[in-house]
Amino acid sequence: MVFGKLFAGLEKTRKKLAAGLARLFGGGRKLDEAFLDELEEVLYGADLGPTGSKIVEELKHAWQRRELEETAQVPAFLRERLLARLRDAEAGLARAASGPTVILVVGVNGSGKTTSIAKLARRLQLDGRKVLLGAGDTFRAAAVEQLTLWADRLGIGIVKQATGADPAAVAFDACAAAKARGIDVLILDTAGRLHTQKNLMDELGKVVRVVQKQIPGAPHEVLQVLDATTGQNAIRQAKEFGAVAGVTGLVLAKMDGTAKGGAVLGIRAEVPLPVKFIGVGEGIDDLEPFSAEDFVDAILTFGRGGAVPS
Amino acid sequence: MFDLLSGALNKAYRAIVGQKVLTEANVEDGIRAVRQALLEADVNFAVARDFIEDVKQRALGQDVLKAVDPGQQFIKVVHDALTALLGGEKVGLPVAPQGPLVLMLAGLQGSGKTTTCGKLARWLKEEKKKNPLLVAADLQRPAAVDQLATLGKQLGIEVFTDRSGAAAPEVCVRGVEHAKRLMHDVVILDTAGRLHIDDELMAELADVQARTKPHGVLLVCDAMLGQDAVNSAKVFHERLPIWGVVLTKTDGDARGGAALSIKKVTGRPILFCGSGEKLDDLEEFDPPRMAGRILGMGDVVSLVEKAQSVIDEKQAEKEAKRLLKGQFDFEDFLRQVGMLKRLGPLKKVLGMLPGVGQALKEIDFDDKRFKRVEAMIQSMTVKERRHPDIIDIERRRRIAKGSGNELQAVHELIKQFKTMQKMMSQLGKGGFGGLAGLGGAGGFGDLPGPMGGPGLGGPGFGGPGSGGGSGKPQRPQSGNDAFRDFMRGRKR
Ligand SMILES: Nc1nc2c(ncn2[C@@H]2O[C@H](COP(=O)(O)OP(=O)(O)OP(=O)(O)O)[C@@H](O)[C@H]2O)c(=O)[nH]1
Ligand SMILES: Nc1nc2c(ncn2[C@@H]2O[C@H](COP(=O)(O)OP(=O)(O)OP(=O)(O)O)[C@@H](O)[C@H]2O)c(=O)[nH]1
Ligand SMILES: [Mg+2]
Ligand SMILES: [Mg+2]
Repeated sequence: MVFGKLFAGLEKTRKKLAAGLARLFGGGRKLDEAFLDELEEVLYGADLGPTGSKIVEELKHAWQRRELEETAQVPAFLRERLLARLRDAEAGLARAASGPTVILVVGVNGSGKTTSIAKLARRLQLDGRKVLLGAGDTFRAAAVEQLTLWADRLGIGIVKQATGADPAAVAFDACAAAKARGIDVLILDTAGRLHTQKNLMDELGKVVRVVQKQIPGAPHEVLQVLDATTGQNAIRQAKEFGAVAGVTGLVLAKMDGTAKGGAVLGIRAEVPLPVKFIGVGEGIDDLEPFSAEDFVDAILTFGRGGAVPS
Repeated sequence: MFDLLSGALNKAYRAIVGQKVLTEANVEDGIRAVRQALLEADVNFAVARDFIEDVKQRALGQDVLKAVDPGQQFIKVVHDALTALLGGEKVGLPVAPQGPLVLMLAGLQGSGKTTTCGKLARWLKEEKKKNPLLVAADLQRPAAVDQLATLGKQLGIEVFTDRSGAAAPEVCVRGVEHAKRLMHDVVILDTAGRLHIDDELMAELADVQARTKPHGVLLVCDAMLGQDAVNSAKVFHERLPIWGVVLTKTDGDARGGAALSIKKVTGRPILFCGSGEKLDDLEEFDPPRMAGRILGMGDVVSLVEKAQSVIDEKQAEKEAKRLLKGQFDFEDFLRQVGMLKRLGPLKKVLGMLPGVGQALKEIDFDDKRFKRVEAMIQSMTVKERRHPDIIDIERRRRIAKGSGNELQAVHELIKQFKTMQKMMSQLGKGGFGGLAGLGGAGGFGDLPGPMGGPGLGGPGFGGPGSGGGSGKPQRPQSGNDAFRDFMRGRKR
């Protein structure tokens, strides 16, 4: 994977963080309780939450069993433990055996759904596939216009209705159009909604059912877009969207900031979802397949001349 | 949502409950649990550490109030410290010495700036009788200008747009000039979302600020933010600086610990909370409520305070003991319903608790059901109240008739009562001295009841035996449903 972008964004503030880690791993520090505390802080800082504490616990046990004795051995240990939690997290997109593949995109407000859809459409388009968009956010002001602008830029079709229309009706139309027009991939946008809003979650469930009915086997993918800056609430989000919409994978947007998206590890401790893509900017090409190794390296800030050799 | 109320904090409470005084040792246990609660709420690690130190000092310096349970006292110490940290004095919007008040909204992508612009404009117009102008200065995100224009139209508030291709700072300058010409008394600038590490865009923001001299820059932050909140807030504040913070999306179940971190690193107050997608979903920030939320206990502190003033302690203690031995009878039940009523309208009391408040929005109920319960118990003889087991079918018929209810309602009441009685005695065996709180369901059961008594127990808000002693967060629905069913008088 081209992880240039991921690290380019980090370059500026990384120095500061790296300094913290350098202090931790470099300079002949002793492996002791104080070290473990600081390490826990670093992991918490990446939004690992209780998973961070667990890993530190594991490290502590290994240390007590003398499986490792000095701080220089810690990076490799952490790397291994983090990667173990990301086993099978890399995954490609599912595809319909025949007929249109339907990808439904869901998530909380402002996480990056609409932009990720544009980026994804671009990727599929470059793959030579015929893509259609469905403007299923009929609620937010100018959401339809936003997606339309992207569709126009990409030169692909879009199925839409006026703001205020029933999103299930848009989904219905979009499925029909996808079949009629011999579309390879239909990507359906949905309005942002907090997972606690029962009526809106019910509405989402209805969209899913309409899609299921229209195209057997669909939706083939239900991607939940998660903002990388999200903290521990991400776990509840994943559970609730999973329950209502049958999420099949995550898209981790806004990885070009200083947030590490570590909440993914918290999510995976409870729901074993793959991460299909990461978003690394607002541009149309700023979407990359997820790489567990790069992700872990970014958490530990090992990459590209980082503080620690990996 | 119910599990918001349980978890770490209840562990803290339990660690201390039953202890006679706050000692270093039991405070230490509580502290550990509070630290966990803070971290789970996304409070920055370093901020949490400092805070904990502070609480420790405060807690150990406390005189032990005779009447108050140390557990509750401890929670109150934590809560007060957190409130102080979040709030202190209330700060409003800045004032403009002359000319229009210029406000500029800034923040990360998707945090809620544009929506908040609309909400603020509405609030200023409706509540403060101002004549605001919105300026669409996000020239980056597709359809951002349309978005603000649409909101303006919905509100009947003018939106200044400039599609000439001028850069954002220039558009802002023109917007402010426009406002002066047209005698607007407030100008709100909507800027594009940006990353704090994007030097170019941060420089643009600084340029807007230098050229329009806003009286206040408001940083718009998402309540779901994790640990990175400190990084971004710090840089935004260094570059601008900011006047205050708007915390958005507080209508979800994020605990919002980022609010604390942001306050701590910028030293600037949180002014407003966004509590929904609609334009009237804006509230002035309330530090005690936020503190409760971060700790995961809703407004339980104020509820406790309120309860303390209406509940007779001795009585409560006596009842607690009886109750936990399974000796709870209909007379206790009736007294509790009375207490609950004195706390104020049920909806409002329960509305003080996050999650429950939300749940109640969807339910159609009033205090009538409580009145019916009361009427039924009042139609029982004293003997029946004290020995519910003797209430056979004949007696049930009489009670139904006497209270003007269907027989079915009496059946249900007795069933509910027995379930509750059983549950309580199980809890008693579990050894949670101060429990009883708001009933048995979900996270509710673990709540400290006022004065460690049966307090708000009332007519069993919970489902049979659910939650309570397990201390384990339950699926939100289970507690919810039980409660809802009960309030609707539906048979379970
Ligand atoms: N830096 C950065 N910004 C992103 C990324 N993905 C999306 N954004 C920005 O985040 C903001 C919100 O993105 P949207 O795609 O509109 O989010 P959404 O989830 O569709 O929002 P709603 O429909 O309102 O719920 C926009 O300003 C996007 O440009 C990313 O990977 N990196
Ligand atoms: N539930 C909820 N949603 C909110 C709240 N405030 C904003 N939103 C939603 O969050 C999403 C993003 O809001 P915007 O106002 O477009 O965010 P923004 O910061 O202007 O986004 P960019 O301009 O792309 O950076 C939209 O779906 C809003 O409806 C809130 O308080 N509660
Ligand atoms: Mg969208
Ligand atoms: Mg905006």
